[in-house]
Amino acid sequence: MNDTIDITVNGQRRAVSRGVTLLELLASLELDPRAVVVEHNRTIVRRPALGDVRMAPGDAIELVHFVGGG
Amino acid sequence: MATAVDTLRDTAFTIGGRTFHSRLMVGTGKYRDNDTMVHAIEASGAEIVTVAVRRVDLDRTRETGVLYHLDPKRYFLLANTAGCATAEDAVRYARLAREAGFNEFVKLEVIGDQETLLPDVQGLLLAAQILVKDGFRVLAYSNEDLVTALRLEDAGCAAVMPLASPIGSGLGLLNPYSVRTIKRRLHVPVVVDAGVGTASDACLTMEQGVDGILMNTALAAAHDPVAMAHAMRLAVEAGRTAYLAGRMPRREVAVPSSPLEGMLD
Repeated sequence: MNDTIDITVNGQRRAVSRGVTLLELLASLELDPRAVVVEHNRTIVRRPALGDVRMAPGDAIELVHFVGGG
Repeated sequence: MATAVDTLRDTAFTIGGRTFHSRLMVGTGKYRDNDTMVHAIEASGAEIVTVAVRRVDLDRTRETGVLYHLDPKRYFLLANTAGCATAEDAVRYARLAREAGFNEFVKLEVIGDQETLLPDVQGLLLAAQILVKDGFRVLAYSNEDLVTALRLEDAGCAAVMPLASPIGSGLGLLNPYSVRTIKRRLHVPVVVDAGVGTASDACLTMEQGVDGILMNTALAAAHDPVAMAHAMRLAVEAGRTAYLAGRMPRREVAVPSSPLEGMLD
């Protein structure tokens, strides 16, 4: 059994461990969960639930924050 | 509320139930560096500061997060849906912005044309209706069309934001008549957004009686953004005060200011 799966994070394909949670994904990317908003397959995942959502093959994750704009 | 002039009182500047002192709102885009941005925003006296929602740069080639530089306790962050071309996208961006946890306000943009960045009126109205129903306080970036502004108000928008001229153009207030008409007919605040290029544009815009102005490029692209921010602060105050003071009527003929009596033979 293959222990990594492919997901898409901000449009880039990434291999992650099977069953990894969003919280663990953020940690591996060195991102503070308080500083980003997470969308999982087009659904917003609130901060308290980040540890509950596990990655499945083909999942699409968007990690966004505020940048300069008018 | 009190003004700098003892005899003059102004109404409070309230949007979506929140009252602000400064009628000038500023953006955070396109500054050459963050230090200049921070100092320009300080010099502008603005309390409402707009930000955009974008992907985190996973490669960390640059630290793009604006909150590293702006204290969200000091400024009221107004997220925009800039770059969105459909109602669906704009709603998605607005919900992501709200999730960041600062407030339920959104500056709604639905762009219909990439050259002029003019709004897609149909998409704008649809997104406004969805977001209002979802509990957002919507500030809708609009063209300077009265009927669109009325429909946005009917949809429950907290403010309507007609443009002075296209985003980033710096062409100034192209249609004072339309903006004045919108202000006269709407009950919600009217904040002119986009197109102001320099202080006289801001002053002229405020003289139309609108409630406020939002600008970004006029500051960010000035040779000295901090000095321009100061000038804009004065111009917005000057224009507002002149509006409240009530200008003299225009005349097509000269009327002497000095007495005609007492002239020498």
